[in-house]
Amino acid sequence: MRLFRKGFTLGMIALLSASLVAGCGTTNSGSSDSSTPIKVGGNLELSGGTAMFGQAAQNSINLAFEQQNAKGGVLGRKLELVAADNKSDAGESTSAVTKLVTQDKVVAVIGSMTSSVTLAAVPVVTDNKIPMISPSGTNAKLTVDPANGEVRPWIFRACFIDPFQGQVGANFALTNLKAKTAAVIIDQKSDYSKGLAEAFITNFTKGNGQILGTEQYVAGSDKDFRPILTRIKAKNPDMVWLPGYYQEVGLIVKQARELGMKMPFMGGDGWDDPQLFNIGGNEAMNNTFYCDHVATDDPAMATFVSDYKAKFNSVPNAMGALGYDAANLLIKAIENAQSTDPEKLRTALETMKGFKGVGGEITIDPKTHNPQKSAVIKANKDGKPTFLTRVAPQ
Amino acid sequence: MRNLFNRQNLVALLGIVLLYAVIQGLIVFDIMPPFYKLTLILICIYIILSTSLNLINGITGQFSIGHAGFMAVGAYISAIVTAIHHGPLLLGLLAGAIAAALAGLVVGLPTLRLNGDYLAIATLGFGEIVRIVFLNTEYVGGAAGFTLSSKITWTWAFVLMVLSVILMKNFVSSTHGRACISIRENEIAAESMGVNTTKYKVIAFTMGAFFAGLAGGIYANYMYIIQPMTFSFLKSFDILVMVVLGGLGSMTGGIVGAIVMTLASALLASVPEWRLVITAVLLIAMMLFRPTGILGTKEFSLSFLGKKGDKNATSKN
Amino acid sequence: MGSSITQQIFQQIVNGLSLGSIYALIALGYTMVYGIIKLINFAHGDIMMVGAYAGWYAITVLHLSFLPALLFAMVACALLGVVIERIAYKPLRNASRIAALITAIGVSLFLEYGGMLLVTAQVRTYPPVFPETMYSFHGVIFKYGDIVMLLTSTILMVLLHITVQYTKMGKAMRAVSFDKDAALLMGINTNNIISFTFAIGSALAAAAGVLMGVYFNTIDPLMGIIPGLKAFVAAVLGGIGIIPGAMVGGLMLGLIESIVSGLGASTWRDAVAFLILILVLIVKPSGLFGKNVREKV
Repeated sequence: MRLFRKGFTLGMIALLSASLVAGCGTTNSGSSDSSTPIKVGGNLELSGGTAMFGQAAQNSINLAFEQQNAKGGVLGRKLELVAADNKSDAGESTSAVTKLVTQDKVVAVIGSMTSSVTLAAVPVVTDNKIPMISPSGTNAKLTVDPANGEVRPWIFRACFIDPFQGQVGANFALTNLKAKTAAVIIDQKSDYSKGLAEAFITNFTKGNGQILGTEQYVAGSDKDFRPILTRIKAKNPDMVWLPGYYQEVGLIVKQARELGMKMPFMGGDGWDDPQLFNIGGNEAMNNTFYCDHVATDDPAMATFVSDYKAKFNSVPNAMGALGYDAANLLIKAIENAQSTDPEKLRTALETMKGFKGVGGEITIDPKTHNPQKSAVIKANKDGKPTFLTRVAPQ
Repeated sequence: MRNLFNRQNLVALLGIVLLYAVIQGLIVFDIMPPFYKLTLILICIYIILSTSLNLINGITGQFSIGHAGFMAVGAYISAIVTAIHHGPLLLGLLAGAIAAALAGLVVGLPTLRLNGDYLAIATLGFGEIVRIVFLNTEYVGGAAGFTLSSKITWTWAFVLMVLSVILMKNFVSSTHGRACISIRENEIAAESMGVNTTKYKVIAFTMGAFFAGLAGGIYANYMYIIQPMTFSFLKSFDILVMVVLGGLGSMTGGIVGAIVMTLASALLASVPEWRLVITAVLLIAMMLFRPTGILGTKEFSLSFLGKKGDKNATSKN
Repeated sequence: MGSSITQQIFQQIVNGLSLGSIYALIALGYTMVYGIIKLINFAHGDIMMVGAYAGWYAITVLHLSFLPALLFAMVACALLGVVIERIAYKPLRNASRIAALITAIGVSLFLEYGGMLLVTAQVRTYPPVFPETMYSFHGVIFKYGDIVMLLTSTILMVLLHITVQYTKMGKAMRAVSFDKDAALLMGINTNNIISFTFAIGSALAAAAGVLMGVYFNTIDPLMGIIPGLKAFVAAVLGGIGIIPGAMVGGLMLGLIESIVSGLGASTWRDAVAFLILILVLIVKPSGLFGKNVREKV
């Protein structure tokens, strides 16, 4: 028996050279003298299905840091965003955050914008004990572990959660749209879509509405939605609840209108981007509504919007505003903690009270790490979302 | 039984231990950043995957492009054992590998009457069916994926990789391995010489699937999250590329292919937008200038060390 | 005003046929290239993507109308196809088939991510070139695009079939497919014939790309992967290398998908499609229209 006859030498050489390359890596990590900037990680959707969210947030975080640095930074040190692209993919999110935390040695992570992608990074930051703030991840599971009902110590967010958003949507459908029956279309790939659908169904049936059917699709690989829309059309519901992201939502509504479905469509904050109208078409998107975090035509947002416009020459979406708030929330926490030590930062975030963001006041509930924030409802009209009403949290 | 402790084996053993010790030292003394550890563990995983696919495609001459399907079975079954039922890691890995082997048997039996491109598309179809089954199973998180804690350490990955490769290497050098090679060289001739071709094709499929499942288990228990999308046909292509790049039919070639591709991917990580473009160009250039892969069907061997001492090393591949 | 069951069934058939005709169009090019040089050209779906972008460019930047834009895209992709064949596949003609397959995967990656560098990963929207007219036939709705799609793929299939079966070029193509060396001895310029095959195959892909862009409204650099795979399945289903087989395979695949979705199992539809494929192959190992070649000893 020639057990090891054929060798491993080549493998060894390659592995060794890899380890040598590795050895030359970062050795002086974690130094905190005042000359080095404070590194903050950004786990963001810079490409892929929700790229518009990540790009808006990246701009806003950079804006917030620049403004703070102009005022002399925080603790006498400048802030620096180290952004990593998670390609709107949960698997990529894990490795992006691993890189941020272990290689770039960031003190905290901002991101990501969508729930599934954020959820994938949770174990990494928890194992490495680094606080993470999701600007716009609305799924309830992000901050509270559904397995034991306990709060996840290292995860925070700057937005409301889906149970609230679903309730707002259901109430609007029942009272304003006068809907008695509804159908639901769920993106099977997204925790956000599933959670928001569930919240809607619970509240809609509680208000004596009837769910006629639920259909599923997989974002990213499906482009032809007519088979499921044909099924919904046959049931003829008063409205369709469509919790998804703008890219698929645009296609779905367009194809529904082509099949002659005229009922209102409604969804959540995942709709918030002008791409929606490019893809769906202005006319098809009429008679559709969505819940959102903020309205950019809100006067409270005026300074932020004009600063953003001056720098990036475009109007920010709601995700931009939340990214800006998350960045400033972190700055405030560093100031309150007077340190960049992750454990102290965590405590500072957990006890944050009355932080004034452009998207509303944030007081973190230590039991859930969720802020209490109001929601707005927007109606899409001729290629533009218009502010309809604001709903305060109970 | 020939001498287990001839000079080559000892040198190889020493080399493996030394390699392990050096890397372990770098990790223990915190010289190596954890990000590189990820690459090292991925290399171990891909070595198992490419060697096991080589068993099917290179040694037995079949054409499977659904290897990610077996990997998915191993990953999910082991994740269910370790994360949902809190079973021990080794049990999870074994369960995953055995489940994948069973899947290999189930696919192998009916589809092996196909050959060439039709077998390829059938295996690809199988891989996609596996993925869609997991995608529709809420128990394992559906399309959104399944999060679990990271239990695999560098030691686990390395030891499992070395064991897998030795086992597969021994299989190839055995009578059964020879039978598989005879199928690759000429199926009809092999059959007329009394080789039960169906049996050996199924054995190769089952064994390849077993190790792919093991690799999947290691992957799942290291990466924090598994998602059906991870195991799409593109992953099968990745593995196939490693095998062909290293040299179809060469066990060491598969190892080299896995190391080269994983390192390339890691080194190019700092230029993400160029990464796959450069990989593609390298791949095309490689195939144009050396279509048989880096090692061809040759094996990298330590036999030059054994010429004096080992009189048993007479037969050559 | 809920629609009746029959209406629903017919609507799903319309849905399936229009989706299937896209698959058929891509599968035609696939099967043609395979028929001549036995290469699974995995980059075919990505050539389709390039075609979609070429059409988009012609419409939005050059302001061409639909037909000239379609022709522009077809010519551009025909050239691209020939260049790819000459650079990447020709040197490998006598190498192992798997080496050629790996090269095809390389070309596919190159087009996808090279394209991403060039035009960014952002989704582009196609301007509406077809009138948004809907036709309603007893409650079954189909749009202008559905008809264009089905007609285009049928016409192209017939043209292709005629070219291959009845023209001199087609005769030469079949000769090359049958025995490359013998064809060369008979005075056929095999290099030109193979290039010609790639040109036609790529032009067909481009046509499919433009139609898909117009039909689904959005294009992105990775749009070719899934339809490419589906078209490959369709080609194998019909019997790879056989032109009417690709058409039938494509339409069948579209119908299967829409029926499975119509029964309420939309997330299972690809699995069902693959399962049917495997079953067909087990019963008829060379596809629906394929001839079983007996192995000679």
